[in-house]
Amino acid sequence: MSDNAQEEKRPTLGQLFLQNLWAANTVTVTVLAVVLALVIGAILMIVSDPEVLTTYGYITSRPSDALNSSWTVVSEAYANLFKGAIVNPEAVSAWISGDGAWQPVFAPISETLTYTAPLVFTGLSVALAFRGGLFNIGAQGQATVGVILTALAGFLLPLPPVIHLIVALLAGAVGGAIWGFIPGFLKARTGAHEVINTIMLNYVALYFLSWIIIQGGVHNPERTDAISKPVDSSAQLPRLLGDDLRVHAGILLAVAATWAVAWLLDRSTFGFELRAVGANPDAARTAGISVTATYTMVMVISGALAGLGGANMVIGSTANALTPAVVAQIGFDGILVALLGRVKPWGVALAALLFGALRAGGNTMQSFSGISLELVTVLQALIVIFIAAPALVKAIFRLRAARAARLSTSMAKGW
Amino acid sequence: MSGVSTITADDVAVAEVPVSFWTRSRKVGVGFLVAGALAAVIFGALATSETVRFTLSENASGAALKINGTVGAILFGVLAAVAGAVLIAMPGKKWFSWMLGVGVIGLILSFLCWQISAAPAGQNFMPLVNMVRGTFLLAVPLIFGALAGVLCERSGVVNVAIEGQLLMGAFAGALVGTMTGSAWAGLFAAALGGAFVSLLLAVFAIRYLVDQVVMGIVLNLFAVGLTGFLYERLMQTDQQKYNQPPHFGVWEIPLLKDIPVLGPALFRGNIFLYTALILVAVIHVALFRTRWGLRTRSVGEHPTAADTLGVRVLGLRYRNVLLAGVVAGIGGASYTLLLYSFTKNMIGGKGFIALAALIFGRWSPTGALLAALFFGFADQLGTYLSAINSVIPSQFTAMLPYLATIFAVAGLVGRVRAPAADGKPYIKG
Repeated sequence: MSDNAQEEKRPTLGQLFLQNLWAANTVTVTVLAVVLALVIGAILMIVSDPEVLTTYGYITSRPSDALNSSWTVVSEAYANLFKGAIVNPEAVSAWISGDGAWQPVFAPISETLTYTAPLVFTGLSVALAFRGGLFNIGAQGQATVGVILTALAGFLLPLPPVIHLIVALLAGAVGGAIWGFIPGFLKARTGAHEVINTIMLNYVALYFLSWIIIQGGVHNPERTDAISKPVDSSAQLPRLLGDDLRVHAGILLAVAATWAVAWLLDRSTFGFELRAVGANPDAARTAGISVTATYTMVMVISGALAGLGGANMVIGSTANALTPAVVAQIGFDGILVALLGRVKPWGVALAALLFGALRAGGNTMQSFSGISLELVTVLQALIVIFIAAPALVKAIFRLRAARAARLSTSMAKGW
Repeated sequence: MSGVSTITADDVAVAEVPVSFWTRSRKVGVGFLVAGALAAVIFGALATSETVRFTLSENASGAALKINGTVGAILFGVLAAVAGAVLIAMPGKKWFSWMLGVGVIGLILSFLCWQISAAPAGQNFMPLVNMVRGTFLLAVPLIFGALAGVLCERSGVVNVAIEGQLLMGAFAGALVGTMTGSAWAGLFAAALGGAFVSLLLAVFAIRYLVDQVVMGIVLNLFAVGLTGFLYERLMQTDQQKYNQPPHFGVWEIPLLKDIPVLGPALFRGNIFLYTALILVAVIHVALFRTRWGLRTRSVGEHPTAADTLGVRVLGLRYRNVLLAGVVAGIGGASYTLLLYSFTKNMIGGKGFIALAALIFGRWSPTGALLAALFFGFADQLGTYLSAINSVIPSQFTAMLPYLATIFAVAGLVGRVRAPAADGKPYIKG
């Protein structure tokens, strides 16, 4: 009798699933944030298309025109986004029917992973510092110094293949570590706020990059524009699926780095100290943990990760020489990736995958639908805005309160 | 309980922490002494004996302040060293800022004597009118941006989104200015554009308690993406219809425009320059002399206390953040409604220099003005040095604002301190 009653009370797996599905848990909020961002992106596409807008001029007389034209613009763009990021059905059917090769089938995935790899590194960099109570906005600058040293090692040192690659990667990590050490040390020693210093160092690194490119011995003598010599092929990350596809070993390193950071955070003594300092520096100090040493060390490791991300940009397949824009936005994107991944290592890796996919798809969307790649930046920013304000998403979709309280990314420290 | 009240004057004196000999003033003094001596030796050795002329006009002609290059480099280096020695010998608040000024100017002049005397023949002069005008023009967006920061941060909301506010202002100004054909309409739209970014910052930071630095960074990316997207969709496809903004002209101020050097540099300026300078004065007075200012500062330092006294903390924060957006938006318009049309990401980091100016200027309007002028001067100096084929790469002068801020924040030139509640959301409870 009592057994029966208990069994009736216990919800089935299906019920649990449905309950959780519509509760404000991490996954639901993330998915809804992406949906919201895509909706706003669609609105932007419509209002910025003069032809579509004219159909809205007579929407009261012929509403179907406006709706059809809007639908065409948006659906085509997002279809291209999907084709560029995950899989293109036409390529699959061509392959099955024997008309096409296998490469085009995997090309979107290859592109996605190519863009994912550096973002994993910068995302981990920001996330690790976050867990230690530091907001590393300097991943951009650390990646910049990383890319400089990697490239210099890549074309200045004559080394045999495997060793050359390792040295180039190490150079990137060291460069990033140095650039991370400065704000970490200043924070530990003088209390100078790392947010201010990392922002400033980003620009110092950027100007240093634009200076070093045009120096003799670095600048490519065959070119008149600001571009360095190309990195030797012996220092480049090997491609995984042949020369036609751009995916390279950087993605494997990224997975390894994710595992290493996860281990460092959850299993090592230093990780414990780092989390203790991040949670409450005063309590950590009382417990005998050296807060200053931890701050410095966190920023060194964080910088090294960002430096490796930078290394990916010049010995991966996106570029093989220094230009002023060689680092792209990976440092700033890394901040978004870390927030989207809820500052957990594997979460960061998944978030980087999403951003990599958006970026790869964005390229296709730009070339086939004429929708600017900038839309992807808007989408990424919107996703993170909604993630950061789960209360807003909850209110929009009337979700039930979350059981897990780990949604908030707020650090609320100020300067 | 009489034991409590038996602390005598002697006990207090014993308990007092002994003041270190190396006060901040003395440390800075040593810095200037060393730097001044090095400048005198190094710049003096590198300088040539060409006559260095600081002309009071826009070119080589006219009256000029003259000095022999080598003599000048050594003399001004020694001057900086003397300022340092004064600081060591007579540490104290009274002299500090004066000697700091003398030291910095001495070092700069020593450096300039070297650079100008080593310039190619016939270019051994620096046109002061150009330098002053360039400094102010380059400082204008920084002043607006830093003032936006002052308004936000004095009331306790960190504003890293200055870059985004400037960019949105520049974009909205160009778009609406072109579509209406009126620069004034463009200016109004620019203010709204900046306020739009501010509104997002305010709502998410104040209502949804999102970390303000995070929100600022995300909003910058959002602004870059949104303006870039609309630029490619609208402005690139139809330049004439969307991106040929009307420009404000030069407004000369009678009488004042005839003052030597300052007249042509400052009082033949444009609406943005005048607005920036007036705003500095207005915000300074408002912040330190009015009821609004007292409330703003109290909300930024101790919101709970302010709330207890009946100040509407959140309302005031909303208002100030929006106001900051308006100010930054107008600053952004100085890019598109004065000289150029809109291009993608045209602010290019100036918003972060404005943030640096805010911090370097210690969160005060006049400090922000001086810092912005200093950064503007660094920028103008870079242009000048590359024009005379200097050995100093312009990239390094461009780094100057950022490095100066790092030094300032690290406490090497006196500690800078943010408002106490800056960045902390206020939850009424």
